[in-house]
Amino acid sequence: MNMHAINLDEWSPIILTLVTFIPLAGALLLILLPRRDRDIRVFSLVVSLLAFVLSLHLPVHFHRAQIGFQYELDRAWIPTPNIHYHMGVDGISMWLVVLTTFLTPLCVLISWKSIHERVKEFFILLLVMETALIGVFVALDLFLFYFFWEATLIPMALLIGMYGHGRKVYAAVKFFMYTMIASIFMLAAILWLYAKVGTFDFVTIQNAIRAGQVANFAGAAQWLFLGFFIAFAVKVPLFPFHTWLPDAHVEAPTAGSVLLAGVLLKMGTYGMLRFNLGLFPEQARANAWWVMILALIGIIYGALVALVQPNMKKLIAYSSISHLGFVVLGIFSFTQAGLDGATFVMLAHGISTGALFMLAGILYERRHTYEIVEFGGLASSMPVYAAFFLFVVLASVGLPLLNGFVGEFLVLSGAFQARAVYGILGATGVIWSAGYLLWMYQRVFFGKIRHPVNEILPDLDLRERVALSPAAAVALVMGVAPLLWLNAIDPAVHAALAPFEQLASKVVGQ
Amino acid sequence: MSAAEMAQVLPLAVEYIRILPEVVLSLFGMAIMVLDPLVDERTSQKSLGLLALTGAVAAVAATLYQSQYAGVGFWGMVKVDSFSTFFHLVVTAVTVVVILTSYEYMEVQQIRAGEYYGLILFGAVGMCLMSSAVELVLIFIALEISSISTYVLAGFRRRVAISSEASLKYFLLGSFATGFFLYGVALMFGATGSTSIAVIAVALRSSPIPLLAYAGIALMFVGLGFKVAAAPFHVWTPDVYEGAPAPVVGFMSTAPKAAVFAVLLRVMFEANAPGRLWLIWVAAALSMTLGNVGALVQPNVKRLLAYSSIAQAGYLLVAFAVLPGNGIPAAMFYTASYAAMNVGAFAVVSHFAGAGERRVIVDDYAGLGRRSPLLAATLTIFLLSLIGIPMTGGFFAKFYVFSAALQADLVGLTIIGLLNSAVGAYYYLRIVVMMYMRESRDEAPVAPVSAWLGVGLGISTAATLYLGILPGRVLAYASRSVADLLH
Repeated sequence: MNMHAINLDEWSPIILTLVTFIPLAGALLLILLPRRDRDIRVFSLVVSLLAFVLSLHLPVHFHRAQIGFQYELDRAWIPTPNIHYHMGVDGISMWLVVLTTFLTPLCVLISWKSIHERVKEFFILLLVMETALIGVFVALDLFLFYFFWEATLIPMALLIGMYGHGRKVYAAVKFFMYTMIASIFMLAAILWLYAKVGTFDFVTIQNAIRAGQVANFAGAAQWLFLGFFIAFAVKVPLFPFHTWLPDAHVEAPTAGSVLLAGVLLKMGTYGMLRFNLGLFPEQARANAWWVMILALIGIIYGALVALVQPNMKKLIAYSSISHLGFVVLGIFSFTQAGLDGATFVMLAHGISTGALFMLAGILYERRHTYEIVEFGGLASSMPVYAAFFLFVVLASVGLPLLNGFVGEFLVLSGAFQARAVYGILGATGVIWSAGYLLWMYQRVFFGKIRHPVNEILPDLDLRERVALSPAAAVALVMGVAPLLWLNAIDPAVHAALAPFEQLASKVVGQ
Repeated sequence: MSAAEMAQVLPLAVEYIRILPEVVLSLFGMAIMVLDPLVDERTSQKSLGLLALTGAVAAVAATLYQSQYAGVGFWGMVKVDSFSTFFHLVVTAVTVVVILTSYEYMEVQQIRAGEYYGLILFGAVGMCLMSSAVELVLIFIALEISSISTYVLAGFRRRVAISSEASLKYFLLGSFATGFFLYGVALMFGATGSTSIAVIAVALRSSPIPLLAYAGIALMFVGLGFKVAAAPFHVWTPDVYEGAPAPVVGFMSTAPKAAVFAVLLRVMFEANAPGRLWLIWVAAALSMTLGNVGALVQPNVKRLLAYSSIAQAGYLLVAFAVLPGNGIPAAMFYTASYAAMNVGAFAVVSHFAGAGERRVIVDDYAGLGRRSPLLAATLTIFLLSLIGIPMTGGFFAKFYVFSAALQADLVGLTIIGLLNSAVGAYYYLRIVVMMYMRESRDEAPVAPVSAWLGVGLGISTAATLYLGILPGRVLAYASRSVADLLH
């Protein structure tokens, strides 16, 4: 279990703890800071940048060829029940951590002016949220995982409910109740496993299941699989559990949307990968046929609904449902390409959809509406903005050499290997996504300016450019040199797939 | 007369130490009653409140001192062990917080406070005694001491009709319930020939268990179930909680409940009660469901918290349906964290209610997050703990209870409980939503939190968070008392 015996430097055991809890420490300090809004913003930016810089330690010192968890730290936390403070990352979760720390400073920048009431509380919530999100990806103790998982709920619900627009309270409560109720099924499954194995340690439980040492496992496995799956499916969200997402997105403040689409949804797909596949490979295979069908429905349904949305933010929200469908499709194809692609789509979607929400938010700050018909011809009044927007749209629709392409391509090739019809149906999703995004782009930016207010809209200022440029740059690098990411993801995926190769040579749904 | 015979007639000195907290509380209570007519009416609230606080803190100290003198006393009627110490600490700590809360409340409501503090201390005597009594008749007397004090306390808003209604209702139904308990004790005596729990336990281990014993347990459970507001004996709760003064509700929803749960643990586990599984199963499932469903539609915060306390009693009862090794520590931990969060929640409610308890509707809490950030944040912590969100005591409390239930293969009851806690999240969240996401219609400033209340809130917040982050020590302590209880 102790993979870090190999000479990593002395930072390694505590680096994950540092990265996870620096935002929380910053939030606690913020409580003490006087209510001078500017100081609070600067302080939050510094804290989130510090977390980001520290998190870069992870990919830099990561042993790419090595299988298993790295930067592990395993300490007893509570003696009864046997709960450990066990953290560690593999090639998949490491990138999700970096994605989180990367997006948070951008969220701080993008909220600089748009949040002007209860500023202190906003940034406290944002930083607490960051800690909880990172915690979800690094926890290797099921209890610790559940702990962070639930801890993401409150700050996000408050961000939506306190700083959102329109029916914000409805959206916040819906978000909270949906995910809370779903995660109770996961809690039941976790408690069951603990009752039988006597530990929450992920690796120990995994080994016990593989060695067939868990009493009554055969009878309960399907229920346990479903318990975890429901919690993750609601979070993803997989059709038909998606109805909370458009509400939450439309009403959320920009930073909330960025973290929600960029990171929070990935908790679900990450959970499927880590727990549904990691703990219950046989059940995952047995259930793959309907999961993949739901994923395909999500891809196509999400895209079709996005096509007809009059509201820009809702359009992006539905496009998330469609994109996350790709991730689920890739995961349940049980192929190397499919899982590599799924992980890559998670990262790419985090960057490009995060950027899309930031762009939508910038427009909202100027016009206080997301309705597409309110715009038109913006390319002439806001040329820089239009250029950024086009770049991100192209990344999102999967233009080669940008980040969207690599992941979707890999997922589709995985799906083809699983069953050709899945690949074909999935591929239509790519076409749809080009349709709804480019059509939206055309309606917003081209043509004549119909509303006089749009003529005098100011273009991006320096802060907004600083917030958008890193996302655009990363989208480009991910598209040009995906191997930088994939060579860490690949071994982790290989390890995740190991039990499936033993199961049978047949691939899916037979 | 030999020395040994003398010892049987007169208790030894150390035996008095085994009732020291009760003695301390009684002395302070009597002192308050005596001083009440003597001190100036305008300052009595301050001076007697301080005296009561001193008494309660002294009782905490006495409990800690007493814990070094474990053993039986008074002819096998009281027993000091880690189990009784645990509940003594919960009861006395709650008493401290309640006195701190009442201090400001009484002034705002303009209630003369002398007997009030006396009654709280006398109530605490009964509750402390309940947790160390190991003889059913003494348990009954302790139960009565505690109940009679709370009956009177419930009616302390003399000028308000619903407060008198609450008091009368509580008194009538409560006496009825105590009658059931006494009847159960009598039947138990008939079945086993003793009222000592240790003797009963031996008698009940030998089969066949007499039918009378089953009836005795069932009747005792009716009486005790009433006191902890477990369904189907919960009907009095919302009305009484609505009418009684808010700090008193904080008191009677935590301290007496903790004490009665201590008695239940003794009766169910130490006395090895027969047939407890189904009794508890039904009561737990009913309490959780009726409590949560009832709370969903309550506009009044006090009523909402009343239904919530019914539901919380249901979760706690789940721990009684499992094996003692897991069930006892889980129940003890739940009692402690429930006491911390509920007394804290009522402290906020009683402060915010204002003169005449005008602001007790959920809608009144609108905008509290902006109007009084600290008060809102504290209440949020207690509410999140009542939901069972990680980082709070309420989370681990539920967690221990339900993992114990799963270890005993009570899958059905666990699922009922978990689904219920999801329902529960909705109504607790309603208050949080109100505080942070709605704008208030009433812009009257919220009274600043006095130093006394601040300390009280600080204690309960710290306890709630401590139990949620480092639950290990408390749970380990509770686990140790399993051995004390089961010999």
